[in-house]
This record gives sequence, C-alpha cells and structure tokens, in this order.
Amino acid sequence: MKTQLPDREGHFGVFGGRYAAETLMPAIIELEEAYKEIKKDKTFAKEYASYLRDYSGRETPLYFAERLTEKLGGAKIYLKREDLNHTGSHKINNTLGQALLARRMGKRKIIAETGAGQHGVATATVAALFGMECKIFMGREDIERQSPNVFRMKILGAEVVPVISGTDTLKDAMNEAMRYWVSHVKDTYYVIGTTAGPHPYPVMVRNFQSVIGREVKRQILKKEGRLPDVLIACIGGGSNAMGLFYPFRNDVDVVMTGVEAGGRGIATGMHAASIAEGKVGVLHGNKTYLLQDEKGQVRDTCSIAAGLDYPGVGPEHSYLHSIGRAGYVTVDDREATDAFLFLSEYEGIIPAMESAHAVAYAMKLAPTMSREKVIVINLSGRGDKDAGIIAEKLEVK
Amino acid sequence: MGRIGEKFRQLREKGEKALVAYIVAGDPSLEITKEIILGFKDAGVDIIELGVPFSDPTADGPVIQVASGRALEQGTDLVSILDMVESVNKSADIPIVLFGYYNPIFAYGNKRFAQRARASGVDGILVVDLPPEESRELRKYTDQADIGFISLLAPTTSSERIRKISEEATGFLYYVSITGVTGTKKPRVSDIRDEMKRVRRITEMPVVVGFGISTPGQAGEIAPYADGIVVGSAFVHMIEEHAGDSNMVNIVSDYAKEIKTAIHKGRNL
Repeated sequence: MKTQLPDREGHFGVFGGRYAAETLMPAIIELEEAYKEIKKDKTFAKEYASYLRDYSGRETPLYFAERLTEKLGGAKIYLKREDLNHTGSHKINNTLGQALLARRMGKRKIIAETGAGQHGVATATVAALFGMECKIFMGREDIERQSPNVFRMKILGAEVVPVISGTDTLKDAMNEAMRYWVSHVKDTYYVIGTTAGPHPYPVMVRNFQSVIGREVKRQILKKEGRLPDVLIACIGGGSNAMGLFYPFRNDVDVVMTGVEAGGRGIATGMHAASIAEGKVGVLHGNKTYLLQDEKGQVRDTCSIAAGLDYPGVGPEHSYLHSIGRAGYVTVDDREATDAFLFLSEYEGIIPAMESAHAVAYAMKLAPTMSREKVIVINLSGRGDKDAGIIAEKLEVK
Repeated sequence: MGRIGEKFRQLREKGEKALVAYIVAGDPSLEITKEIILGFKDAGVDIIELGVPFSDPTADGPVIQVASGRALEQGTDLVSILDMVESVNKSADIPIVLFGYYNPIFAYGNKRFAQRARASGVDGILVVDLPPEESRELRKYTDQADIGFISLLAPTTSSERIRKISEEATGFLYYVSITGVTGTKKPRVSDIRDEMKRVRRITEMPVVVGFGISTPGQAGEIAPYADGIVVGSAFVHMIEEHAGDSNMVNIVSDYAKEIKTAIHKGRNL
C-alpha cells in the first residue's frame, strides 16, 4: 500500500488507465499537465482552501448521532455532514477544484454529466461563481425524478441538456457529455463528477475529495482519541467514498466499506452493484468492474438513487476490492428507503437517497458491534431532492 | 503486410485513391450486411470498415448510434460478425477492417479474438478507445496474428504524437477530419490540406480521411490530399432509409460508385 498509485499512466493495478479516443487524448494530456502544475502550486492550494472554507462552509461537522446510536444499540455512529456543504453535497469539493483548474487553463466553458443532479448543481454553482458558461447533461429519466435539482441548475444559469438514449440515466449523460467534449475540445473543460473517466480524473477527483477523510481523521481523534473502526460510504462512481477512505488507506485497522445500490434486489438483476455483480471491463475511459452481458455490452442498471444508477465504479475502488483493503456490500431500494425515513425521524436529518444506502448498511452493522466501537458514515448529501420520490412511494399527499 | 498493404501499393502505382466504406455489421441483418459488402466490392470500394456494434458508442454521432442499437437488437455479436467475414472471404477478395470499441473484444478475450479474427480473414482492426498508451495488451496478440492495428489521428494530435502513433501503427492511419463525433460537422477542405501536409512530413504510411464526409463532391475535393476517403454515416443513413426496399443494396452500391468516380476525377487536382 505504500507504493504511489496510480502509476504514471493512471493505473491502479490492472484498473484505471486511459481508454479514450485519439480525438480526446490531447485534451486529456493537456489536463494532466495542468493538474500536475497546480498540485505543486502553493497559491492554488491556498485559493482552493479559502473557497472551501469561506464559500462552501468547510470544515463540515462530524456529528455524533446519539439517538440513532441508542436506537440501534451497538457501535457509536458518527455522521460526516457533507450534506451541510454549500449546494447540499460533497460534490462542491471537486467542482471548486476543477473550476479553479479550468480557469488556470483559460477555459471559459464547462460541461458536466449528472445523475441525481448534485454534481450538476455543484458545477452550475461554480460556473456562476467564476463567470463561466455551463452545460449540464442529464438523462431524461433523471430530469423527471430529480426535478428540484433541475430547477436549481437553471436558476444558476446553466443549460440542462436532456439525454435521450440508452436508459436515459447517468451512463447516457456521460456518453453525451463525452461526445460534446470531443466536439468542443478546444475551449471546453469537462468537469467529471466522480472518481471515474480516463486518467487523470480518478486521481484528481479523489484528491479534491480527500478533504473529507482528512477532516474526519482530525475530528475523530479529537472526539474519541482514536481512529474509527469502520468507515461507511455509498458508491455510485465512488467519489464520496474515495474521499473518505483515501486518508485512511494505510491505517489497516480501519475497516472501509462501500455500499453499492442493490436496486430491486440483486436476484432480480435490476440493480447497480458493479463490484458485487460485474466483471472487469472498459467504459468511459477506464478499466474497472462493469455491469455487462457476456458479449461485453453494458447492462442497464436500476436504483432508486439516481446518483448510484451507474454500471461502472471508480477504478481505485476496483483496486481496493481486488487487494481486499476495502469491502463492498449492497443495500436495496427498500432498505435505503427505510433508512431515509429512519434518519429523518430519529435525527431530524433528511439524507440524500444515495447517502441513505450508507445509513442502511450501518443500521445492519451497528447492532452487531459492541458499544465501544465507532462507525463513521459519510452523509454525502441532503435529501430535499428526494422528497418527491419518497412521497410517491409512501403515497404521502 | 497482407491485403491492406497490397491495396494501397496498387492504388499508389495507378495514382488512385481508396474509397473506404463503413457500415454497421448487423444493420439491418448480417445477411444483408454481407450482400452490401459484395455490392460495395463490385461498385469499386477498396476497403470495408465493418462497425462492431457497442452499447455505448461515445465517438459516434446519432446515425451510427441508432444503427448500432438496431444491430444489437438483432443479436449481432463479435462471433457472428467474424463468421460473416469468413463467409465473405470465401466469395470475394476485399480487405476488411473491424471498427469498434474495446469492451466487446476484451470480454471475448484478446488472445481468442486475435486467433479467431485471423482465421476469419480480418485484415485490420481500429479500436476507437484503445490509444497507443493502452494498446499493448491487445496488440500482443493481434500483431502476432498479422492483423493491422489502424490508428486514429485527430486535428488536435501534436506532431510529436503523430510521429509516435505512426511509428507504431500498421495498415494505415485514419485522420479524423473534424473535432467531433461521426457524421456531424462538415470538414473544411483547406484545413485538411494543411493538416495532411503536416502528417505527410512525418510519415509515409497511407493516410485516409474520414468523419463528416458524406457526398461525392466532398470526397472529390478531399481525395487529392489523402490516400483515401472514408464514408460512413452517409451509407448507414441510406441503409436505414431504404431498409424495407428490395433494391436497397443497389441504391447503396450506386452511391458508392458515384463517390468512387468523384474521387477518381478529383485525383489530379
């Protein structure tokens, strides 16, 4: 684990890399060079840190969920409150970093894909902040089920481009964003929202998000005087999980668990559990676990959480899985919905449906652990956007 | 270097340029794909580029996207395409290049694919999302099987990178004439003229130009600056439009003939 990953070509073991068309390679290499520059640049680091603090409101609290802990009767549960960031999720950590980078590169136009709309909102927000033109690609189905975020993006001045192909969800939005990028590569910066895509995106997004884990480490040492026993985060592409896990990668006693979307149940085949059910494949510029049929065609996915509804997963997660450093489990739509309501009722915190997957797994795990043990859940986003889905499910009028 | 090299050698000798015709295998069916290939050969097409359908064709525009979808619905897969190529090779002699994305090949198995493609008589492959940085894992097998590894060059590719790519490529180079996906923008002839000069200074390998060339007029204008012209979306669109017609193969072949004639006329500009 001490070796520096990824390697120079962006490989995490056999995963990752740069499986991109030549039409994009020069732009990807340009981005890599620019990213290398800012990584060494103290002025950039200062500027980024000041936006995280003064604009997004970091650091976010590490909150001891006392009632939740009592109710479950086992390990102590802490919530990393990424939902309290400006725009309501961890996505802003990454979009601030990438927008500052885009500005350095002299790009005035930014584009992004989005599933739940959290990354879209976070991108539209930084575009407004830095006076950039912004286009967000979003699957038609996601536009319908996450409409509050669509309005927010429009209010922020972004153009939301509906994507009608495939299953009309996140994967298709990413396909279309890549096509648009190829066509406007000279003046456009593509803000990928997760730890996927061709190198250097997975490592860059991880590094921008790892502020989460660094804060958790500091905060838990202050509150508990020791490191946590278990970290739990939901996984779509895996950016909030990678951000939490990465600073703990060498603390081998800390168990790291990613929660994939079990959709309507693994047995039904209608889910988005890439690590649990996928095989190694290549999509969107990287090699990783991928939900695909035996012919190598990408399978349709299904999850109540639009942000997890993706057939791949960040290559570093595939790597952590392959070496056994992180574990990956699944939670289905019903369990996530129950957790969504449970956290709302017992803590007064409405989690994003994505984050509710992490909460659901903690609800299973905590009662099996003793009271001295400590669990940290990454509460990656807030759930206002999901009120409609839940209301429909519960027939709340 | 097999049939591709031989083809370009013959064309250069005669001072002619290649017409490379792209269609999606299995759209509307593999039987008809075979008929179209045979029709193309009679129409004077020099090289066939056979699109292997993929669920997520990120380098393709809408025309090829929906054609790939139709082909997949027909159950078209790598093996059935290779069987069809083998059957074409029994009745006609025309170089065939598979054009597609990496995952279907990777899922089938790189070694197994190379052996099978070789046995079917595939002359070359163009794997869109496999740049030189990642191509070793496949070329380990396809080079050994003497299958050409055709590489893309883009308007944004630096001269240094063109050198590297052309040193490693086999078969021919495919210059992408627009910054965009297939069958969308129209390329500017003056840009291509300048760009091809740049490429020519670096490599002697045959270079074809494609993406966005759809008419005989365009093909005739661009041909003088290249070793060949690729037409894809225009054929795929015609196939879609005339899918039900009994004379669809003739309509598509006639169009290929028109383009070939225009390329021929344009050669000495």
